[in-house]
Amino acid sequence: MKARFEVNGREVEVAVEPRLTLADCLRHHLRLTGTHVGCEHGVCGACTVLVDGKAVRSCLMLAVQAEGSKVVTVEGLSKDEGLTPLQASFRKHHALQCGFCTPGMITTAHALLTAEPDCDADRVREVLSGNLCRCTGYVSIVEAVLDARAAYKGGAS
Amino acid sequence: MKMPPFDYACPTTLSEAIALLSAHDGEAKVLAGGQSLVPILAFRLAAPKLLVDLRKLTDLRAIKITPDGVAFGAMVRWCDIESDAHLRTAHPLLVAAIAHVAHYQIRNRGTVGGSIAHADPAAEMPGIAMTCEAEIAVMGKAGPRTIKAADFFQGALTTALKADEIIVEIRLPPWPAGRRWGFQEFARRRGDFALAAAALFYDTDVAGKAANAHVGVIGVADRPLRLPSVEAVLNGAAVDAATIARAEATTTAAVNPDSDIHASGAYRKALAGTMVERALKMAAEQTP
Amino acid sequence: MKNTFIGTPMERREDLRFLRGRGEYVDDLAVEGLLHAVILRSSVAHGRIASLDISGALKCAGVHSVITAKDMPGGVPIIPMRLQPLPEFKPYEQPVLAHDKVRYVGEPVAVVLAESVALAEDALEAIGLDIEPLPAIPDHATAALNRSLLFEATGTNCSLVFRACKGDADAAFRDAPYTRRERLSTGRHYGLTMEPRGVMAQWSAETGRLTVSGAAKVPFFNRRILAKQIGLPETAIEMIENDVGGGYGARGEFYPEDFLIPFAARHINRPVKWTEDRRENLMAMNHAREAAADIEIACARDGTILALRGDIHNDMGAYMRTNGAVGARNVCQFLAGPYRVPHVMVDSQLWMTNKTPVGTYRGPGRFESNFFLERLIDMAAADLGVDRLEFRRRNLVTQAEQPYPIAHVQPTDAKDRYDSGEYGAAFEQCLSEIGWHEKAKLCGRLIDGRYHGLGISCFIEGGAAGPKETARLEVNNDGTFSVYLGTTSVGQGVETIFAQIAADALEVPIDRIRHVHHGSTHYVSEGFGAYHSRSTVMGGSALLDATKNLHAAIRAAGAKRFGCDASTIAIDGEMVSSPDGRSFPLSELAGLTAEGTFHNHHHTYSYGTHAAHVAVDPKLGHIEIIDYVVVQDVGRVINPLTLRGQVIGAVVQGLGGACLEHLQYDDQGQFLTGSLADYLLPTASDFPNLRCVITEDYPSPNNPLGAKGAGEGGIIAAGGALANAVAHALAPFGAEPRTLPLTPSKVWELVGRKDA
Repeated sequence: MKARFEVNGREVEVAVEPRLTLADCLRHHLRLTGTHVGCEHGVCGACTVLVDGKAVRSCLMLAVQAEGSKVVTVEGLSKDEGLTPLQASFRKHHALQCGFCTPGMITTAHALLTAEPDCDADRVREVLSGNLCRCTGYVSIVEAVLDARAAYKGGAS
Repeated sequence: MKMPPFDYACPTTLSEAIALLSAHDGEAKVLAGGQSLVPILAFRLAAPKLLVDLRKLTDLRAIKITPDGVAFGAMVRWCDIESDAHLRTAHPLLVAAIAHVAHYQIRNRGTVGGSIAHADPAAEMPGIAMTCEAEIAVMGKAGPRTIKAADFFQGALTTALKADEIIVEIRLPPWPAGRRWGFQEFARRRGDFALAAAALFYDTDVAGKAANAHVGVIGVADRPLRLPSVEAVLNGAAVDAATIARAEATTTAAVNPDSDIHASGAYRKALAGTMVERALKMAAEQTP
Repeated sequence: MKNTFIGTPMERREDLRFLRGRGEYVDDLAVEGLLHAVILRSSVAHGRIASLDISGALKCAGVHSVITAKDMPGGVPIIPMRLQPLPEFKPYEQPVLAHDKVRYVGEPVAVVLAESVALAEDALEAIGLDIEPLPAIPDHATAALNRSLLFEATGTNCSLVFRACKGDADAAFRDAPYTRRERLSTGRHYGLTMEPRGVMAQWSAETGRLTVSGAAKVPFFNRRILAKQIGLPETAIEMIENDVGGGYGARGEFYPEDFLIPFAARHINRPVKWTEDRRENLMAMNHAREAAADIEIACARDGTILALRGDIHNDMGAYMRTNGAVGARNVCQFLAGPYRVPHVMVDSQLWMTNKTPVGTYRGPGRFESNFFLERLIDMAAADLGVDRLEFRRRNLVTQAEQPYPIAHVQPTDAKDRYDSGEYGAAFEQCLSEIGWHEKAKLCGRLIDGRYHGLGISCFIEGGAAGPKETARLEVNNDGTFSVYLGTTSVGQGVETIFAQIAADALEVPIDRIRHVHHGSTHYVSEGFGAYHSRSTVMGGSALLDATKNLHAAIRAAGAKRFGCDASTIAIDGEMVSSPDGRSFPLSELAGLTAEGTFHNHHHTYSYGTHAAHVAVDPKLGHIEIIDYVVVQDVGRVINPLTLRGQVIGAVVQGLGGACLEHLQYDDQGQFLTGSLADYLLPTASDFPNLRCVITEDYPSPNNPLGAKGAGEGGIIAAGGALANAVAHALAPFGAEPRTLPLTPSKVWELVGRKDA
């Protein structure tokens, strides 16, 4: 089956089996390996991408369901040189170690801060409770997201 | 954990969707948000020949608040409920329950219709449907019909839906101002399925006694339950400490949950009572 | 110029690629002509393979071939043990494919190779695997009956008994004025990594070279095993370490797939990639921590510990894995923890059961023994009417006693001594940090429907396992330096930490350390890897040696060029100069390289204390951690930012093991926790209130950096601290937690079902 959608601002067309997940399509057909697969049953959040502005688990979406949508992955939230304010905040606070959960944390945090730049620590923890991390213990991740709020206030992103 | 192979269709009308389901004679499954179905397929616990994606049926996305009650199109997502400010007063019990559903990303895709059709015994929406005596409007090759919640949930992951039927709308009765309600859930972690939960409401008569009590519990049987024995304790009584204690004890006596890897049956039995107790306290302390 | 990059909270270099989704983990790799492997695993816990019919699979779309034991006519290779390779363990080692018996749910039986993972999984369903079930051994108690045997040839399900001995425990118990005996147990859980495992293998028939990607932890050792098993010289095999999504002791040991995938690539002459999925990972990655103790403590009336004695039963699973004995050895060797215990006699029994085999998980055996001892201490203190803080003060080892010898373990003849530290100082600091004295009165009090409690637990952490490590330095074309390490990365930040150490040792700005390469076998002549919290100490000390050797090589080159004595040559960041002012840029020595090694015969011992303040809801059984403090002395801090990350990350893993994570089986050995909805990991909401304080009061005398391995202390005392806090919160009910995990259901039972 063919599916046509936009990824990180670029139109793509893929020919895929219906059973192929959006996660696998991004990783293996489009070679955007920044989105990671940690469980394939919708629990760990490592596969989180933005679809039409909303954070979703790409392992629970079929690639063919992305037809006509705008998909943004962690690569699309990055600059060619240097780090975005959110990424710089993660680095400053040591909010990553092995880096495997990180793309999902970045996309989820970006979606949250874009919609709710005034979110408090409880809200950050509530939203990130759908993203598992095994290395950091989360404290530094929450600190990093809170510290990045300033960059999102006034509509910056 | 790759899914078994299937065909995929994305109809633009409801009748097209129903035609596809009935043509495949039980070997087709409806795809709504996919948050429950896709994991099932990933574990190869099911192998449908065809998935019928409802995402183009935009008529199913409406939330309607009228004097007749609150109606949710089957494709309404949890995030849609969250962002509808009117619902907070139109149906505060539902809004409180939905706050416990899953996680941020799942709430952006998961649907009301999907949750009802999936019928997980520990899910919040089926529990609300039971407590509030929801009506589930479905459409099939034989035409439309309405199924009462009490008849709809038939067991764990088992409903009254026929293979060719699609849920169209979930209707909750109107919610009067001044109604007292409570929702309490305990899960191992935030967003997990409930170990037990209570969803309840009652009205008060001129003497301040409870009336029209509806008490439901989630997660302690193969389907959400209403507890008439507990409702009988409340109706006609002042909801004070003594009544609440009796309601708790009656709840515990009325349920017989199994043990599983997460908790013992005895614990869940007691927990159900605690959830009712705390939901009643919450209701009794509300300022209408 | 004297740098001080060591000790500064430098931001990590590795972050630049991880944050942008440019990390390269093994599943990200793709090559021409790649075939995908999927493993057929037993769904029966114990049985005889009656038949294996792959003909149906071979007819499936996209399937290239199916590998079974029949393809190994020389015999199915057996995975040898890496640590404590005792002859007693040999009969219990695992063949890379089951061929006559299966012994655990998840055991590999065949490998399907196909054009895609999905097509390979489709073909699995067409394989006819017929197993005649045998009675399952679901726990150590059943194993001990020796009625059903996993390995008929040995006649027993007990592969070994370790004995930890010190002084004369029996005599001490005979004369002791007070003793208490308890049965305590820790539940099975494991070092689940967010990235499941993966291996990609490429074979070149022309050159006879095998390239294996996905290596981690101990690539040099694994290469040695693979070479022997596959019949190639080590020099023909290259193991490449890519980015690694977590290790914690579990990833990187030699597993069946580490042979099967390279074997497949060579067998069919095509590149092959295998990516573990989560369902597999739960039943195939090394399990850990399941131990049942029957132990007693003997004390004087004033709380002075006289002796420890007893048995600890370790549930080892179906095979002895490469490092499977470590936890069982540690649990008895380190039962006394940081306390002065003159007499010890503890037997640690290794029981084979029909479950996934066991390996190390961060703080192996130490998490278990800490829980056992710290619970016993609180109980003994209460019996004796001695304040539990005073009890600990009385018994914590002091600096004056260092190096302090611990129990001697046979049959491995393991002797050790703690290196340095005033364990009581960390203890006092922890009490102060959490505000113990102000909060103590809350213990057992009911406030807003919840019972409050404080708990404390003290730990030591062994680190810096020897025997040695290698590092190499090389001058780059532009006069900058590259570092090559035999230790490996599992996410702990080696690229940054070693740049700090190198920059300080070479006395150059940090940006002159251009690259830090780690793990892959082509970087250094020999390497030992990342485990037992050894990378910083061993790799760092090897790097210091490499620096010395590189300086000497640079001076020798300068001396030759200037015709003067090597000792008069000066090296500043970018130039090499003679005493009379002639100089040339370092870049002219591009390619100059020197190796360094560090041999270590003594472990380091980081130490500290955990304190927890909890509020327990007696009806829900829910434990909320109101405050949690770890104080840990590490000897010398290289990077405080990454070290704090290690401690907090370890604490959350420890709390996960203490109340959420539990790998469960039924009495037929059927695996019950097959998804992340069943095996519960801590999330961002669960333990938000954690703090740590790191001190450098007592450097280790055992290495030139003075550093101590410090990645595991955060996990070791979590179970003990939490359980003690819950015990004190629920003291009004006489509750004594004796089992982990403390689930809501278990906590409710401790309260005594008052409302049932």
